[in-house]
Amino acid sequence: MSKNEISAPDLKEIHIHNPKNKIKESTGYRVFTVVNTIIMILVSFATLYPFLYLISQSFTSEQAIIAGHTGLIPEGFNIKTYIYVITRYDCEFLKYYLNTIIYTLIGTILSLFFSSILAYPLSKPNLKVNRIMSPFIIFTMYFGGGLIANYVLVLKLGLKNSMWGFILPMLISTYYVILMRSFFMSIPKDLEEAGEIDGLNKFGVFWKIALPLSKPIIATMALFYAVMYWNNWFNAKLYLQDKAKWPVAYFLQTIIRGGGASDPDATQMSANIKSCAMVLTVLPIICVYPFVQKFYVQGMMLGGVKE
Amino acid sequence: MSKKETFQEQSLQEWTPRELTLGQRLGKDLRINWQLYVMFLFPIIYYIIFRYIPMFGNILAFRKYNAGGSIFGTGPVTLKYFKQFITAKPFWQAFSNTLILNGLYLLFRFPLTLIFALLLNEIRNLHWKKFVQTVSYLPHFISMVIVCGMIKELLSTHGPINDLIAQLGGEKISFISRAEWFRTIFVTSGVWQSLGWGTILYLAAMTGINPSLYEAATVDGASHFQQVLHVTIPCILPTIATLLILDIGGLVGSGGAFEKVYLLYSPQTYETSDIVSTYVFRMGVESGSINFATAVGLFEGIINLILLTCANFVSKKVAKTSLW
Repeated sequence: MSKNEISAPDLKEIHIHNPKNKIKESTGYRVFTVVNTIIMILVSFATLYPFLYLISQSFTSEQAIIAGHTGLIPEGFNIKTYIYVITRYDCEFLKYYLNTIIYTLIGTILSLFFSSILAYPLSKPNLKVNRIMSPFIIFTMYFGGGLIANYVLVLKLGLKNSMWGFILPMLISTYYVILMRSFFMSIPKDLEEAGEIDGLNKFGVFWKIALPLSKPIIATMALFYAVMYWNNWFNAKLYLQDKAKWPVAYFLQTIIRGGGASDPDATQMSANIKSCAMVLTVLPIICVYPFVQKFYVQGMMLGGVKE
Repeated sequence: MSKKETFQEQSLQEWTPRELTLGQRLGKDLRINWQLYVMFLFPIIYYIIFRYIPMFGNILAFRKYNAGGSIFGTGPVTLKYFKQFITAKPFWQAFSNTLILNGLYLLFRFPLTLIFALLLNEIRNLHWKKFVQTVSYLPHFISMVIVCGMIKELLSTHGPINDLIAQLGGEKISFISRAEWFRTIFVTSGVWQSLGWGTILYLAAMTGINPSLYEAATVDGASHFQQVLHVTIPCILPTIATLLILDIGGLVGSGGAFEKVYLLYSPQTYETSDIVSTYVFRMGVESGSINFATAVGLFEGIINLILLTCANFVSKKVAKTSLW
């Protein structure tokens, strides 16, 4: 599988089949380039349109929404909706938001820690027990307890209405552990051996040599996990009945799905309020995303490359 | 690199004296690597509690569950819960919907993703390429709640789609509450979400293609289109085959679809929208028929596992890559 091995891609080489040389291009190819550009513009627009529409709606005035005047340019531009969403019912939105931030921070740190202490020994091919451990871990990707058995377990553990009921069921993602393992495997053995000769024990090698060398994968995993916790609403639906503990994604679910008994005015809530809440929730992800995207892609490719 | 390592390992194994028993070898391993074993400790406990106990909790499909009682149920083993759902009409409706929704989604998503990857690969301006990639990956990171909120806003009777229909002189449609529209909405929004992200593995495979192949093709007078057809596609064929086979293996699983269906469906659209996992959720969590829902979930899980195993087997034979 050496074909799939990804070395630092030399961009000039990759595009050698269409270099910017002065060989005359065929008309067909030029037409294709134009068509391709148009397709790409359309795809980009179609991808961004729902976001732009939401943002526009969140700034549109109440009257314009009732009159059905919506579009990409907000009519009667104002930020009243934002003030309303943030301050309504004793700033409940901010409380949900804060919950999400807490869950995401704690969850991500714990997930990273436990995933790496699992992935590291798994990456050692000479560790005898891995012949049992790898299948033990990987099997859970393909068969599991299913929704109900997990639900019953969490209730039985007394984690209902606790932050741990939200975090623990998704603490370690097997798929991410496998990605980390692939990365750890690629660390040159010599470096670790050198560390051992210098008197480090296995913990020391892990902590002082392997982890610092694994910053790219740690960053990727931090982002994967953070997005997972930030976006999760279903665990909250199952295990957090106490409104004071809701993460913002679950609050959004109740207002979007509408008619929830927990929020009587949900169905009447107008579009600009919903849009506003959605924009506020998605904002951190959209802001951070362009800067971290390359890590995500690296992480994904790592998974696709067979060791 | 990896080959060298395995070679070293093999030679090391040859050096190990034969007389050591398995226990002795394990003991030796434990003495040298005990710290690595310690690292395993917590994750193993976690996997046992949160992954394997629920797996055995599936016994609830056969034994009666009392609220607050043992999570493995009480009383004799019975097949009555299986008999119940096998004869339940809503179950078969959910089962066929799962297949239809996953099948349609695969049918559209798969070729579109491949074409999109090929088109992306043809972009010369790297900044423009980067921009399109960045934009098209974005939906992958958005919470399903937001995605479904957007879908509902866009498709509401005062939303832009209905505005357009009204302007063209058509009649407004309340898409979300109409069963005949559910599949279209599901597939379209799914393609919107995954089109960009799905290209990553293809693009990775394309960067691995040896440039000399293109040079040779150019020398042979191959046009651009011919190069794509005779160099690019054959080179990424293993990737295509693997992804396709694995997708087919996942046809019965509804893990990915659950959130979206749950957030978009309503009793009016059950006939086209209800899938096995939403059915399990409704029966088990909302109506409290724990045993019945476990039985349905277990049935789905086993079929899923069988399909995946078959897919993996085929993948091993055809594409020489496998999951395990």
